Amino acid sequence: MADHHADGGYAPRVRALETMLEERGVVTGAELDTILDGLLANATPLNGARIIARAWVDDGFRQRLLDDANTAVTELGLSLGYGPKPVLLRVAANTATVHNMVVCTLCSCYPIALLGPSPSWYKSVEYRSRAVRWPRAVLAEFGLDLDPDVEIRVWDASAETRYLVLPRRPAGTDGYAEDRLATLVTRNGMIGTAAV
Amino acid sequence: MADRFGPGARVRVRLSDPVGHTRAPRYVRGHEGVVVASGGTHPLPDMVVAAGDPRAGREPVYSVRFASGELWGVAGHSVTVDLWESYLEPADG
Repeated sequence: MADHHADGGYAPRVRALETMLEERGVVTGAELDTILDGLLANATPLNGARIIARAWVDDGFRQRLLDDANTAVTELGLSLGYGPKPVLLRVAANTATVHNMVVCTLCSCYPIALLGPSPSWYKSVEYRSRAVRWPRAVLAEFGLDLDPDVEIRVWDASAETRYLVLPRRPAGTDGYAEDRLATLVTRNGMIGTAAV
Repeated sequence: MADRFGPGARVRVRLSDPVGHTRAPRYVRGHEGVVVASGGTHPLPDMVVAAGDPRAGREPVYSVRFASGELWGVAGHSVTVDLWESYLEPADG
């Protein structure tokens, strides 16, 4: 391990895994290409921002999003993935009294199709272990000092459901059009480590 | 497969220390929580890895909410974890 560095050794390992998965019939090369092309072309936090902005301006959409997010996001032409495996999406709405944040303690599960590749801190052992134990302190380190009365709900996305936080609409944005609202939505806001 | 636990059911994560792969996080094992949602049915990761079959052992998955006081002895937040049915047992047996 002495010569290990950030990218060292990953590419050949990935190629070896890919070959084995194809040989065992778990996935075909064509399926992988479709998934990767879809992600490279389409996976960006702008997708999540469009969802949030629509929920801020359209109460009906907001309710459909909270009830059945997989179906609701298709209204915007979005989906959770490009592969054959269905992934559930659940949206957790922040309110004046509840703040949601997402972590994957076992690995780094993340709604890549809607938020793009996850930030490095999301995959860090520090975030993954501390978010479930001291979420208020972790949020403070991100610059988000919540009122002590606000209940924090941490979602450990370590199974088959992916989570998106619906932040509160910022004050003073009453006249904003949906497109303009979308520019206010941050990636961290949708993970729950920022207010917006 | 019908869900064994409905929303509001109190459940306890089975105490276990499996040799192989599992997706029951160690920090919730032995702790009590409340089912808040159903998460569909999915192959059980423990069996998927043990059997080498990506479709092995489909069963319901539940979102279970744990109070921080239950997990860490300090109130103030909750943690909701998605857990396969065989990781769980009724809390009020």
